[in-house]
Amino acid sequence: MSLSLEEVKRIAHLARIEISEAEALQTQGQLNDIFRLIESMRAVDTEGIAPMSHAQDLMLRLREDAVTESDQHRLFQSVAPQVEGGLYLVPKVIE
Amino acid sequence: MINAGLKELSAALATKRISSVELTGLFLDRIGKLNGELNAFITVDPDKSLSLAADADARIARGDRAPLTGIPVAHKDIFCTKGWLTTCGSRMLANFTSPYSAHVIERFGAAGAVILGKTNMDEFAMGSSTETSFYGPVRNPWDRAFVPGGSSGGSACAVAARLAPAATATDTGGSIRQPAALTGITGLKPTYGVVSRHGMVAFASSLDQGGPMGRSAEDAAMLLNVMAGFDERDSTSLEREAEDYTRDLDRPWEGAGAGKPLQGLRIGIPKEHFGEGLSSDVAQAIDAALAQFEKIGAKRVQISLPNSGLSVPAYYVIAPAEASSNLSRFDGVRYGYRAPEYGDLLDMYCKTRSQGFGAEVKRRILIGTYVLSHGYYDAYYLKAQRIRRLIAQDFVAAFKRCDVVMGPTSPTVAFRIGAMASDPVQMYLNDIYTIPANLAGLPAMSIPCGFGDNELPVGLHIVGNYFSEARMLALAHQYQRATDWHMRVPAGA
Repeated sequence: MSLSLEEVKRIAHLARIEISEAEALQTQGQLNDIFRLIESMRAVDTEGIAPMSHAQDLMLRLREDAVTESDQHRLFQSVAPQVEGGLYLVPKVIE
Repeated sequence: MINAGLKELSAALATKRISSVELTGLFLDRIGKLNGELNAFITVDPDKSLSLAADADARIARGDRAPLTGIPVAHKDIFCTKGWLTTCGSRMLANFTSPYSAHVIERFGAAGAVILGKTNMDEFAMGSSTETSFYGPVRNPWDRAFVPGGSSGGSACAVAARLAPAATATDTGGSIRQPAALTGITGLKPTYGVVSRHGMVAFASSLDQGGPMGRSAEDAAMLLNVMAGFDERDSTSLEREAEDYTRDLDRPWEGAGAGKPLQGLRIGIPKEHFGEGLSSDVAQAIDAALAQFEKIGAKRVQISLPNSGLSVPAYYVIAPAEASSNLSRFDGVRYGYRAPEYGDLLDMYCKTRSQGFGAEVKRRILIGTYVLSHGYYDAYYLKAQRIRRLIAQDFVAAFKRCDVVMGPTSPTVAFRIGAMASDPVQMYLNDIYTIPANLAGLPAMSIPCGFGDNELPVGLHIVGNYFSEARMLALAHQYQRATDWHMRVPAGA
């Protein structure tokens, strides 16, 4: 398979990454090289093999339903680009 | 003092032959002199480090010391460190002073170790050369025209050039072991789940694992004693009894005598890791290392890891898929970079991410987005996960016939800076021997075992069964008692 330029742009949009025409062209070639490498998986028969999502077959832990964190919003918001009155500021979303 | 092992440094601090302030100052001076050229550190803060050293000296004076109290340790800039810049090698986090510390940093703090600085790395740990860092490439201290490997190239360089006695690092597809090999030091990726990922900036969560880098297996064992431990904040952290990873260092293999301490050890030699693509200088050094293991009692067993060749393709589906999901958090809203000019919210996201991420990170996000997108999930992601199980099963079969698997860590010695910059696929193949252990979740390490072309170091790769770190470190220690490759120091360092 081979990715078209339009597909590269569509994926970039899905990933929320702005991409110029020149970048898209360069990326198209590199992604197709990488997908050629990936394609070698196709030849392998994996019928009946369960997907392995994790190194250890673990059950996720449950914990007591108790308060464990204190309010640190000032500290955590101190690293945000734009904050006002304890709220993160972004461009207007609702008219 | 700069060439001393951690045990020796620990003893010197305990007997007050040197203070932590003096020791930390010694390494800060070396960083001041050499970092301009080597670029191993992104952040150094002498005042903060010396203040931590003074605390450690007070603790030693009170008689309240642990083995690493007062020892300066460099941390990969992927570990969130409260009050320190934590950039992950990216413009995206170039302004991020972490409001909290990773579990690993907390544990070193509790042990009384001193934070020596934050080391350079491939951006978001994506790379095998440390050339994708926003802060510029790290240089290999053995020859500055060459890369130190990656992604933990800064930590590897710092230890190899004696800018730090020891360092932390992380490994998703080989990022501890490959740079350890290329710089002639010892690096260990533990069993997945042994070291907490809390506060470690996430790349591919089902593969990421923190681990130590040091001059020797003994140093790595002492570091792992601090790093390993259960942490309820990491949902994949394993609840296990605390282990002393130094306990087997001087114990011969079961049933062996002191003369041949590894008598009875069966070393599996996977034929797939000695075929096409392995450079002859590396093959020669590895063969000599295996012969040395035989001298101290081990024997070679030919094995096969038949699905080994599929590990790079499967990895380049699984890791980018997880990365594209993990890195969606960088949106210019809660922390990190935000584009200076934008229109609406969507435009802010797109410009922020386009400007904040470098080329390799964007490539991997795009691969991941594609393989997870509608209509492709089964063909790529599920297929790769099925192959992941085949690769893990190869090791289960292998460990019925041998105790450890050995081979080269990397197919070649270090390459020149810039040599692979425009060819991602060629760069990816650097990790062909290291990736299988990440996919299977097995512990694996690299130890220095000689020199190849251009007088550059070669690393021997050792993969053990789950939770066998103490035995792996012990057999590496026996090898290091019989050889001096790990004692070699680059000229001019």
